[in-house]
Amino acid sequence: MRENGILRIVARFLIPLIMLFGLYIQFHGEYSPGGGFQAGVVVAAGWILFALIYGLEAALKVIPERVMYVLAAFGVLLYAITGLMGVILGGRYLDFYPLLPGEHAAQQFGIITVEFGVGVTVATVVMLIFTYFARRKSEWEALSEEEPE
Amino acid sequence: MIDIGLLTFMVVIAIAVVRTRDLFAAAMLFAIYSLLSAALFAVLDAGDVALTEAAVGAGISTILILAVLALARRYEHPTGGHNLVALLVVLITGAALIYATLDLPEFGSADNPAQVHVGPYYIEQSYPDMGVPNMVAAVLASYRSIDTMGEAFVIFAAGLAVYALLGVRPRSGRFRRRREPEEEDAS
Repeated sequence: MRENGILRIVARFLIPLIMLFGLYIQFHGEYSPGGGFQAGVVVAAGWILFALIYGLEAALKVIPERVMYVLAAFGVLLYAITGLMGVILGGRYLDFYPLLPGEHAAQQFGIITVEFGVGVTVATVVMLIFTYFARRKSEWEALSEEEPE
Repeated sequence: MIDIGLLTFMVVIAIAVVRTRDLFAAAMLFAIYSLLSAALFAVLDAGDVALTEAAVGAGISTILILAVLALARRYEHPTGGHNLVALLVVLITGAALIYATLDLPEFGSADNPAQVHVGPYYIEQSYPDMGVPNMVAAVLASYRSIDTMGEAFVIFAAGLAVYALLGVRPRSGRFRRRREPEEEDAS
């Protein structure tokens, strides 16, 4: 698909919009429909569109695989540690009230933090799964070139 | 009226998915099915669920199915005959489920169990408790936070599982030989 001019131009226009929409769903999730899960999926979809048009290697240069591993673990850890912070600051697990002075501020801080953790994990895990499937194909092709019958 | 139209389309597409042997077409039909159910959720004013269904069902799962189809053959094996036992099991289970719906409380009625348990508390208290206008976000991330954390861990575990299966490079030409007749089919 790399040679198709229409796809390239439209993707160049669309990918920033998809990413922006993902960020909007992520951080506007308390006011409008959305949240970490949907935002992660939308951001990953933008990245996959990039990978489909510019190739997997170019996409892995944007977000290297190692960074994905780290971010996928970082997301769930951010969630779990936010929960632990509640315990350390004198509440129960995943209790957001002790995090900040002011009940509303504390709850909103907690919700935004854990949703961000979910978003990061979902986005990177979807990217990783796509990477594995897409790379398996080229690995097979490389194998059949190495061992001609 | 819109509901009935959407549900009719969904039934038609579900039958088409079962009938088709072309897995690429089946993947596309599944995407349409998800998009229709997203539209149905939007009609029911469930914005969060509609957004999730459109993004996950119609978007990502279709892409992942297509990524798998690039590795597998495009057409399903023709299976000979019909499995009467399976048909019987499906018919009995379906009949039992339809019979069970007769016992469900009236749709949208105010004194349903779903409407009188914790629902009123969330509706009345979520804004005073945390100042978050989107009640779904408040319930998911704060009242039911441990559930959502479990979900995040499930996603992480899914990534680990795919890594365990596909993260290592194939070493022998075993896969290639099995694939050769399939490529003739696809072309």
